[in-house]
Amino acid sequence: MEEKLTLFKNRKRFGIEKNIDIIFKNTALVLSSFVAIILLGIILVVFFQSFESFSRYGLKFLVTSEWNPVKDEYGAFTAIYGTLVTSFLSLLITIPLGVGTAIFITEDFVPKVFREIIGSFVELLAAIPSVVLGLWAIFVMEPFFRTFFVFLHNFFGWIPLFSTEPTGRNSLLAILILVVMLLPIVTSIARDTLNQVPKKLRNAAYGIGASRWKTIFSVILPAALSGIMAGVLLALGRAMGETMAVTMIIGNSNAFSWSLLSPGYTISSMLANQFGEADGSQVSSLFYAAFVLMILSLVVNIFAQWLVKKFSLKY
Amino acid sequence: MNPLYYQKRLSRNIGDKFFTSLSVICALIAILPLIFLVTYILIKGGSQITPELFTLEPNPPGDDLDAGGINPALIGTLIITTIASIIAIPVGVGGGIYLAEYSKSGAFSRFIRFGVNVLAGVPSIIAGVFIYALIVSTKILFGSMYSGLAGGMALSILMLPTVIKTTDEGLKLVPNELRYASLGVGASMYTTILKVTLPSAFRSIATGVVLGIARAAGETAPLIFTALFSYYYIVGIEDLFYEMGSLAVLIYNFALEPYDAQNKLAWAASFILVLSILSVNIFSRILAAFTEKTKRV
Repeated sequence: MEEKLTLFKNRKRFGIEKNIDIIFKNTALVLSSFVAIILLGIILVVFFQSFESFSRYGLKFLVTSEWNPVKDEYGAFTAIYGTLVTSFLSLLITIPLGVGTAIFITEDFVPKVFREIIGSFVELLAAIPSVVLGLWAIFVMEPFFRTFFVFLHNFFGWIPLFSTEPTGRNSLLAILILVVMLLPIVTSIARDTLNQVPKKLRNAAYGIGASRWKTIFSVILPAALSGIMAGVLLALGRAMGETMAVTMIIGNSNAFSWSLLSPGYTISSMLANQFGEADGSQVSSLFYAAFVLMILSLVVNIFAQWLVKKFSLKY
Repeated sequence: MNPLYYQKRLSRNIGDKFFTSLSVICALIAILPLIFLVTYILIKGGSQITPELFTLEPNPPGDDLDAGGINPALIGTLIITTIASIIAIPVGVGGGIYLAEYSKSGAFSRFIRFGVNVLAGVPSIIAGVFIYALIVSTKILFGSMYSGLAGGMALSILMLPTVIKTTDEGLKLVPNELRYASLGVGASMYTTILKVTLPSAFRSIATGVVLGIARAAGETAPLIFTALFSYYYIVGIEDLFYEMGSLAVLIYNFALEPYDAQNKLAWAASFILVLSILSVNIFSRILAAFTEKTKRV
């Protein structure tokens, strides 16, 4: 196939047409390399801007939680901890929900029309801007969950995670709104992978007498595991970088607390809050935090891509 | 009882019932937020819609009586997304053409495809930070700092991976016979691409691009410190170089205001934003389904 194409390409042509062809090809080449340039540019720019803060605090920046523009002391531990906790806990809730929904959509419990409607509903959820979700979280979700949080604190207050009196916005609300945002990602990727599992496997399992859920748990889910894992990792990357909805509902407090019922911070919400008004070495420290966020999401994304390539379905 | 009949009490059948209901519950929980959200926005936001909303400037918070309208933000969103599209579509389509038509599976295209996926995973706020460092703080655009132009550039970074991917995948679906036929009658590569392959992939590329634009229109994080926000009408071309409002940033700013009038404006803006994004999504979905059907025939 390739050889045939080269054969055609080397045919003699008029000078002008040949030149246009070469120009067209090279323009496309330059345009496609823009992606690499931008990616490299982002990494370099953020790194060099954070250099001042990096040379001053080193890795200590990652483990101290002082953030004081007056004293000019910066450490991002609260924000990094908040980013990790909100994204991992939200993922923990999303995985069973998303995979359960995906199984519901791919099995034949209800007629195909209903399943398709539910599937596109979930995907439409992904199209709603995160700032609107944040608005909804502030005015609908927070009042709705308030009594539940008080209950949680009264009965489980002895667990450090619920040890503070709930007062308005907190990390747990951020986790819940993240679940709403991650569900479509996990569900649609899990559904696509489950659909790709060959029918033969299912028929073979049914043939030797496995029940429906035995088949799902022992044959279909293991076959789709790598794809689902990749989807989960993509969702993790999204959760780490998610800014607006989290910023609006997490309460934005740099005071470190183990409790999920107290206001918290994530790296992205710190950036959204402070970047506009920062000056001096605070800007550099914010760039340092941005750099940490970028590395975290890059690692997760690259790992997800590697996983897809390494373990993609081979049937 | 005949063991060949279905037995309800068998532990495997009970387990099956249990897990089936569990997955039904999962699906219900998954669609509940969307139903709540959409109905709430439609009711709460829809009730705020008045003709003045589209023509007035928003009033600065503090005056609780009248919040004004969202005209500058509406126009701002249109302008900023247009700027982003003007940058991202040519670059993305051109890049996609190179990946799909010239360098099909070479090392370079593998590297670029990897880069596209990585760029798609870069948090949107990082795009804002990048443009802030590159353009806003350096005042490289004729001495202007925060500007609609900078905001459009930040959004274009987010759109670029989507556009490249849809172009690449749309072109890959074009059957090779079309290319051979065109090259065979003596057309050059660029004529083949522009006259044969691109037109036949046009609909799938356009769908992907439109979805990308719809997503960009709702993005807030890259705009809050590149385009910032403005309360004033956009009157001329020179306004591109000043702070520019957008629906998304208006929602963010006014949701956090303690005044009821501003909050209502935020709901109205969400109504318009969500309605337009959802209708674009539904429309392109129907179009895609329609295309698939006609292709099969």
